[in-house]
Formats: sequence, C-alpha cells, structure tokens
Amino acid sequence: MSDAAPDNGSHAHRWLRRAVLLPYFWLLLFFLAPFLIILKISVADPVIAQPPFTALLAWGADGFRGIQATFENYVFLFQDGYYGIIYLSSLKMAAIGTLLCLLLGYPMAYYIARQAPARRNVLLLAVILPFWISFLLRVYAWIGLLNNRGVINEMLIGLGIIDQPIQMLYNDFAVYLGIVYSYLPFMILPLYANLERHDHDLLDAAADLGARRWRGFVDVTLPLSVPGIVGGCLLVFIPAVGEFTIPALLGGADTLMIGRVLWDEFFVSRDWPVASAVSVVLLLLLVAPILWFQRIQAREQEAGR
Amino acid sequence: MNRRSLFLVSIVAFGYALLYVPIVSVVIYSFNDSRLVTLWGGFSLRWYAGLLSDRELLSAALLSLRIAVVSATFATALGALVALALHRVSRLRGRLLLSGMITAPLVMPEIITGLSLLFLFISMADLIGWPMSRGATTITIAHITFSMAYVVVVVRSRLAAMDESLEEAAMDLGGRPVAVFFDITVPMLLPALISGWLLAFTLSLDDLVISSFVSGPGATTLPMFIFAKVRLGVTPDINAITTIIIVLVAVAVATAAVLSSRRASASVRGTATSG
Repeated sequence: MSDAAPDNGSHAHRWLRRAVLLPYFWLLLFFLAPFLIILKISVADPVIAQPPFTALLAWGADGFRGIQATFENYVFLFQDGYYGIIYLSSLKMAAIGTLLCLLLGYPMAYYIARQAPARRNVLLLAVILPFWISFLLRVYAWIGLLNNRGVINEMLIGLGIIDQPIQMLYNDFAVYLGIVYSYLPFMILPLYANLERHDHDLLDAAADLGARRWRGFVDVTLPLSVPGIVGGCLLVFIPAVGEFTIPALLGGADTLMIGRVLWDEFFVSRDWPVASAVSVVLLLLLVAPILWFQRIQAREQEAGR
Repeated sequence: MNRRSLFLVSIVAFGYALLYVPIVSVVIYSFNDSRLVTLWGGFSLRWYAGLLSDRELLSAALLSLRIAVVSATFATALGALVALALHRVSRLRGRLLLSGMITAPLVMPEIITGLSLLFLFISMADLIGWPMSRGATTITIAHITFSMAYVVVVVRSRLAAMDESLEEAAMDLGGRPVAVFFDITVPMLLPALISGWLLAFTLSLDDLVISSFVSGPGATTLPMFIFAKVRLGVTPDINAITTIIIVLVAVAVATAAVLSSRRASASVRGTATSG
C-alpha cells in the first residue's frame, strides 16, 4: 500500500476503525436512540390511539405546527405522593440489601483471599457457580423454602421450636434475603480482587510494631479495601434499585419497589407517558451512582494493566 | 482454632449454605412424588415425564435456545470488535461515547432497557414499517444489545493481559492486517471469545424482563413461561426444569474446567520445552 503510514499500528488499525462502525451504529440505534424516545414520550399526553401518546412534533395540513411537550407527567409524579414514597422505599430497600450483602460478602472475600491459591480457586468457583444457573429459578427456589408450609417452617415445627409457621415469604424480609442471595457474587468478586492484591508485609509490619490482629485489620486492611467496598456496593445497589423479579416473586403486596410499579404501570394500566416519566426519574436517581461506578471501573482498568 | 477465626469460618460457611441450600432443596423436591412441596411422598420421576409432554414448555425452551445461540454469536462478534477498537486504536473518534454506551448496559435497570427498546421498535414500525410484529427477532436484537457489554468486559481483560509481540512480528514480516487478525489475534483471543459467548448465551437464556417488554403475541421464551407459572407459587414441574438446567450447567462447567486445566498443563509443558 502506497499510503501506508510509517507507524505500523495505525496502518494495521485502519480496518478496525472501519469495522467498529458496525457495533457503533448498533449501539446508537438500539441503546442511545431508545432513551431519546423515552424522554420524548415522557413529555407527551396520553391519548387513546395506537401508539397511545401524542407526537412531539405537531404537523398540520400547512406543515410544521410546533412542538407539543407537557411536563404534566412529571408534575403528576411529584404531586402524587405515591411515587415519591415508592422511589424512597426502593432506594431504602436497595441500600439495606446492599449493606447486608456487604456484611456477609466482606468476611467471605477476606477469608477466600487468605487461602492457598488452589483452595482459593475452588472457593471462588463455588461463589460464581450459582450465577450460571438461571437467576429466575434461583429466586423461585426460595419460595419452596420460605413458604408457610415450606421446608424451613416444617422443619422448625417438626423440631418443636415453633408451633405456628412464621410468615417469611411475601414480605420485605424475603426481598432482602433475595437481594443478598442473588447479588452476593457481585459483592464478593470486586472485594476479593482488591483484598487479594494487599501486601501482607504491611500487616506483618503492623504486627511487629505491636498491633493486635483486630487493630491491624481496622487500621490497615479495611482502609486499603475501600475501593473494593465501594465497587461491590455500587454493583449491588444500582441493579437492586430497579429490581423487578425479586419483589415480584418474593415481595408482599405492600412491598414497594419501583421496578414492579413500572411493570404494572406499563402492562396493567398501559399509561405509557407516565411509565416513561417514571423511568426517566429512576434513571436520574441512578446517574450519580452509575458515574461513580464508571470512574472506579476506569481506575481499576488502569490498575489492572 | 481460636475464637476469632471460628467466627470468620462460621460466617463463610453460612454464606456458602445460603448460596447452595435453595438449589439443593429444589433438586431434592423435584424427585418428590407428592404435589405438596413439603410432604415427601416417595421418590418419583413423574414431573420429569410430565415435562416431555408439555408442548408449551418445549416450544418455549426451543425458542429460548434459538434466541440464545443467535444473540450470543452476534454479541461476541460485535463485542470483540468494540473491545479491540477501544484497546488498540489510540485516537478513536467518539471513543468516550462508545465506551459510555458499552458500559451503561451493565448497570442499566433491565426494566428501563426493556421499556425503551419496546418504544424504539414501535416508533420504527411507525416510521419505516419494520418490525411489523414483535417476537423472536426483536428479542434477539435486545439480547445482542445488552450481552455485547458483557462480552466487551471479558475480551478487554484478556487483551490487557495479552502479549502483542507475536502480531507485531507477523506484521513486520509483511502479513496483511486482516490475515494477521484472523491467523493470530483471533486464536489468541479464543478463550475470551468462548467465555464471552457462554456468558452472552447464559444471559440471553435467563432474561425475563427485557424479553417480556419486546416480545409480541405468540413468542413466549422459557423464562416468560416459568415466570407465569411460579407467580402462583411452587410447582413441582418447575423443580424438575431447574434440576435439568443445574445438571446441564454442572456438565458444562466441569467440561470447561477439564479443558482449561488441560490447556494450562499443555502450555506449561510448551514453555518448558521451548525454554
């Protein structure tokens, strides 16, 4: 090739520059455009038609008439206290679920990171393995355990510990359990990746200087693992806020989570503009944690190199 | 063992129990003859036999498999291109937008992805008359879009660890870029491509929320079928389905483990002889 650049890299990558346009346009069309559409529908009025909302750009016989946008759907969301409560309750439930996940996941990641390499791999594999089995089916499995006539209640009654079944299913407790259970690997993996890199010499130095093990942990390990803690928590918290399957299968009628409400708003009441406005607000709530997560990801990529 | 490590070990044991007790209990009760979940009515395979004659279930499973194979293949190809471009092309135009669009699906609430894609398909049908109806095709497009992001993560981490000198050597010897790509880069990336494909396949097979939004009448995937049933409580035939899936996953993981340990030992031997 006569116009080959002197630098080998750019010459080789010319075709890659072209080839990447395909996934690029794919993402523009199927990932970015849909959000613009959701924004658009969220400022439309519901009408009884197909599709059931008004157009953003009004066209008349004489051409373009103007833009018709309404913020009524948003006003509705904020005036109607119901949605405010649901957003707050979703954030609260996701936060508590994340905290519980951290309380269980941290000791597990810490333990795994301190094992011999061969044992470590087996333990890690055991954490990841359930992830490959359908999420839906794993959440379903808890119904059989937590039921009033389920395995746990029958066992407790059989042992004479209780005589009436404890209500464990279809309430907030079951949802927290579902979140911890489903997202535990997402908490453990970033924590493990962080804890595994720790320099044990630091702990030895702390011990040599007379620090007790617990102090060594609090003063050395814990501060060093903060990036892992933040990464794991965001990885659990962000999807948990919009979670649908767990509250739909394990939650009670009074379990308020936005994912489930959005589903009902769309499939049951069929109010598309309100459903769109609900998702836009949900997304706005998640922007800060998502950006935070992306920054951490970028830093980890740098550190990993 | 001192008290402190006993405490740690019991938390760890509790964690693993939490991960595995539900799965084990479903497997056990899938062989239960009684319709009631908690009563043990003796060993039976009746729920498995029942599955075979459930036409609705079988067609849902087939549809899901078809969608998963096609979407995983496209997602792997497209995702690998994105990963390569982000890793290798230093001054890529629109790099920030691309990396944003490829990381966002990892953390996007599924419910929003589903709803927004549905609106896109409706608008497209309105504007250009396609897609005429929603079903397997629209679900496949949706699955490609979100699973691509996971493929990119897997391939990028492999690229970061890869030695590029072999490709540079081939290039210096006058290899054409495309030939070098298929003869050297792709084989070196193969393990990551395979695990990316498997991940995309699993994610597609598992997706309930996004499929429910972008599906149309007549297209029921396996998770949609299962969800409709388990919403009403425990059903023994779903226990049987779960057990079958667990067995398939276990076989796949064991095969992958054996293959990778063989490759690892082969490469150790290779280094030993060449070194």
